[in-house]
Amino acid sequence: MDAAIANIIAFKALGAGIAVIALAGVGIGIGNIFSALVTAVARNPSARDQVFGLGILGFALTEAVALFALLIAFLILFT
Amino acid sequence: MAAEHTIDALGQFKLTPVLGALGESVNFTQSNLWMVIAGALTLALLYFGMRPRAIVPGRLQAAAEMAYSFVYDMCIAQIGPEGKRYFPFVFTLFFFILVGNLLGLVPYSFTYTSHIAVTAALALAVIILVTLVAIFTHGTKFFTTYFFPPGAPKLLAPIIIPVEIISYLSRPVSLSIRLFANMVAGHVMFEVFASFTVMLAGSAVLGHLGPVIAIGPVALNVVLVGFELLVAALQAYVFAILTCIYLHDAVHLH
Repeated sequence: MDAAIANIIAFKALGAGIAVIALAGVGIGIGNIFSALVTAVARNPSARDQVFGLGILGFALTEAVALFALLIAFLILFT
Repeated sequence: MAAEHTIDALGQFKLTPVLGALGESVNFTQSNLWMVIAGALTLALLYFGMRPRAIVPGRLQAAAEMAYSFVYDMCIAQIGPEGKRYFPFVFTLFFFILVGNLLGLVPYSFTYTSHIAVTAALALAVIILVTLVAIFTHGTKFFTTYFFPPGAPKLLAPIIIPVEIISYLSRPVSLSIRLFANMVAGHVMFEVFASFTVMLAGSAVLGHLGPVIAIGPVALNVVLVGFELLVAALQAYVFAILTCIYLHDAVHLH
């Protein structure tokens, strides 16, 4: 294997690593959603059923951003 | 041999024709086959579930009734009383995606929702329906009030109108990529951890220690299956509820 191909493989790994930096923001976002959910339920336990669905919806929408980044990382790694 | 095992993460999404020469001539792939199976399963659940028509439902009837009322309540809660008209569409969409996601977790099966062609077609169907509903209920008023809300300062029009148009057009993109990315990422993770197991167990460096360490990735995969069950249901729910929210916008204009 020559150095050029080895370099490409190394930079692919680096690129995939850089692509998932976006997960830092997603982590903050999901933390925010659940902290707000806990606060809301603690303040008004009777609203739990309505608020819980909204929280899960927000979680799924935020998690999708994480998966976009993950998908880019996979595309860099495996194609 | 196993030492050179490479991770072929995207090979599982390759389409191959099924049903012999006939399937090959019309390009009937395993993706289409699983769509047919998903449709048949949904119909079977509703048909056999609702056949007893018992006042006190049995298990299957209770499952069918719960599924029906879950989607029905979601439609009414999100769209309002008009939601009744769009309920069949949302129900079909929800079950097509839900059963597709869940069938994809069965070993040796195929997840048709992991192809952007499928999810993009679903998202386009949603967005075209939403636009048509808006035009038929509100006429040209839809374009003037939807993309420029009444009461907004006229000076902001050059900013608001492009932003609203872009956000409207990006809906099908985000709707389709969300579902497709979730499914692909989940299945690639299965593949990656399963490959770790094979690589560890066959590793020449680790010797007899390899198979012991290989239990780790297997255990992780078991946890992931549980997580993917959650994701499968959640993504079907998200797709359906976003469809409802878009329909609400179309019926009520914001």
